[in-house]
Amino acid sequence: MFKSKNLLGIKDLTPNEINFILDTASGFKDVLARDIKKVPPLRGKTVVNLFFEPSTRTRTSFTLAGKRLSADVVNFSVNTSSVVKGETLKDTALTIQSLGADFIVIRHASSGVPHFLSKILNISIINAGDGANEHPTQALLDLFTIRSHKKKINGLTVAIIGDIAHSRVAKSNIYGLTKLGAKVRVICPPTLMPAGIDKLGVDVFHSIEQGIKNADVIMTLRLQLERQVKGFLPSLEEYFKLYGLTAERLKLARDNAIVMHPGPMNRGVEIDSEVADGPQSVILEQVTNGIAVRMAVLYILAGVRR
Amino acid sequence: MPKEILDSKDIKRVIRRIAHEIIEKNKGIENLCLVGIQIGGVILAQRLASQIESIEGGKIGVGALDITLYRDDINIKKEQPVVKTTDILFSITDKTVVLVDDVLFTGRSIRAAMDALIDFGRPAYIQLAVLIDRGHRELPIRADYAGKNIPTSLNERIDVYLDKENKEDKVVLISKR
Repeated sequence: MFKSKNLLGIKDLTPNEINFILDTASGFKDVLARDIKKVPPLRGKTVVNLFFEPSTRTRTSFTLAGKRLSADVVNFSVNTSSVVKGETLKDTALTIQSLGADFIVIRHASSGVPHFLSKILNISIINAGDGANEHPTQALLDLFTIRSHKKKINGLTVAIIGDIAHSRVAKSNIYGLTKLGAKVRVICPPTLMPAGIDKLGVDVFHSIEQGIKNADVIMTLRLQLERQVKGFLPSLEEYFKLYGLTAERLKLARDNAIVMHPGPMNRGVEIDSEVADGPQSVILEQVTNGIAVRMAVLYILAGVRR
Repeated sequence: MPKEILDSKDIKRVIRRIAHEIIEKNKGIENLCLVGIQIGGVILAQRLASQIESIEGGKIGVGALDITLYRDDINIKKEQPVVKTTDILFSITDKTVVLVDDVLFTGRSIRAAMDALIDFGRPAYIQLAVLIDRGHRELPIRADYAGKNIPTSLNERIDVYLDKENKEDKVVLISKR
């Protein structure tokens, strides 16, 4: 079924491969509900988290996923490593491979870094976010969460609101959702809309009211304040006024619509606290599902024949 | 050519016999539960349980155990295994657990099943019931209850068909060439 030893992006996956990961993740969700949340299939394997950008939830989630599969997990912290002494990315990666790692989970500010590593290393590379390109495991956990609530993806209307231009989460989700047959709408200010987005098969809206009307799923994105997004907006208050998800606006969506956010949230900027903590929010469930999905990815890649 | 070894009537008799043996060996059904190994053992465990219940009266717990994550051949298999559900809705601690599988072959599945089971609790006893024992053990494992011993060669395969209605049950021996 799965041919590649790497997970670089959703763009490269077939619908069958995506569904296979989601089905496998259901099995792991059962494991996470047990008293003993540990199973042995990755015993003797080593996972190295190599994060060149800050992250708490993704890194912790991969760490727990690896540990619950009985792998050894090493967190390679860039600030205290030889990277600060000027070691190149290639040398760092080759060193980790020589240390005996079986997986590198990489996050980097530049797009394409995981793809580069996959060409120079023999071990499995998992993309945990590369620049504004992709964040495949986030999209997979979002798909998993949607599927567990809606029982299907095909035919759903999903509205993605926010900084589409800088968001790797949005991109991976657009690939995944369209491959599985959902209708995707993207909603954002014109300044945060990347050129050529309509080629990805999505409908573009600049009005949140029109965009979320009758949606089954509403995905709010984090305004990436660390990426100088402020230059694209008059002010955060204005952004909230025009694009913030409030309880009032949520009423325009379908009654049983679910609200998602990849975290970390800027409350009062892209989402109102009343919605984030409200009954339609599945935000904390996304976090839990993230471990099951990452377990599935590690487990499946470990089984690919080299 | 597939050769039918057991037909639906044979299978019915075998299940009845094993049910009596389980009751006899355990002197009743107190503290007894059955756990079928996915996929082949699950229906068999349900059949055995209803047979036992109709003989003794009362109810016994029946669960399903997926051993995919406990296998030792993740890197050897050609196809990636699908993780199936484990469904044991009762405590197995201090119980007598009868593991149920359709075919006993190398014993590796049973090894995996015992490891998986112990992650759910500490059974007082684990016993093993199988429909077919085809030999070729690679581990020191034997069945407490075996429906039929069928000596096979490694070029042969045993397929067990059990359906819910109990109509087209059969066990066939197929030679691979």
